[in-house]
Amino acid sequence: MEIKKEQNGTALILSLAGRLDAMTAPELERVVKSELSGITDLTLDFASLDYIASAGLRVLLATQKTMKKQGQMKLVHVNPDVKEVLEMTGFIQFLTVEE
Amino acid sequence: MEKKEEIVLAADICNLSALNEWIDALVAGADISPRVQMKISLAVEEIFANIASYAYAPQKGDVTIIGTVTDVPAELELVFMDEGKPFDPLARDDPPTDAAMEERGIGGLGIFLVKESMDKVTYRYEQGKNILTICKRIAS
Repeated sequence: MEIKKEQNGTALILSLAGRLDAMTAPELERVVKSELSGITDLTLDFASLDYIASAGLRVLLATQKTMKKQGQMKLVHVNPDVKEVLEMTGFIQFLTVEE
Repeated sequence: MEKKEEIVLAADICNLSALNEWIDALVAGADISPRVQMKISLAVEEIFANIASYAYAPQKGDVTIIGTVTDVPAELELVFMDEGKPFDPLARDDPPTDAAMEERGIGGLGIFLVKESMDKVTYRYEQGKNILTICKRIAS
């Protein structure tokens, strides 16, 4: 998986490419832990994210909890496969997914 | 036509990509939609990750996977076998998918995704082995 970072003041965009699975979720967890300080507006761009499993959902949940305390978080360009997993698990209800 | 393959891997999450490649090769040639392929990938990962995390911990051990692809019915069957601690993943309740974020944990999410993605999931413990079988129709 590739993670691209783009910061503008207190806004951060993380663009993920590839698979957010049990092998790669720790990478995202590390980036989130080191980059979120002072961020009030987090965008996760899933345009090139093909796949998500429960290990990825775990990181999304933790990140959403952090961002709820300090600002907002949204997911953009979520592909249908990834969206289906968010729907199956009910995660879609507390994540902000922009079309 | 029936295609049957077997692989033995150390139960270590590092082997997930090797397992994915093996599955890809197993179903290559079958008429299978990307959506179904994603669901197979998801179920395989969640089961393998569970075994890698819990079956033998803190020791190490192997997982044997037997995969069968059939034409009639157009179906993929995967049997996961390990000799770790007896554990029935189907015994626990499904996570509350309508719970508020604050109450959401991730416990049980993996096996829930397996059940949601597959057409049939069965577990048995036999001769010292955890045997989990999943089936998915693959006709497009």
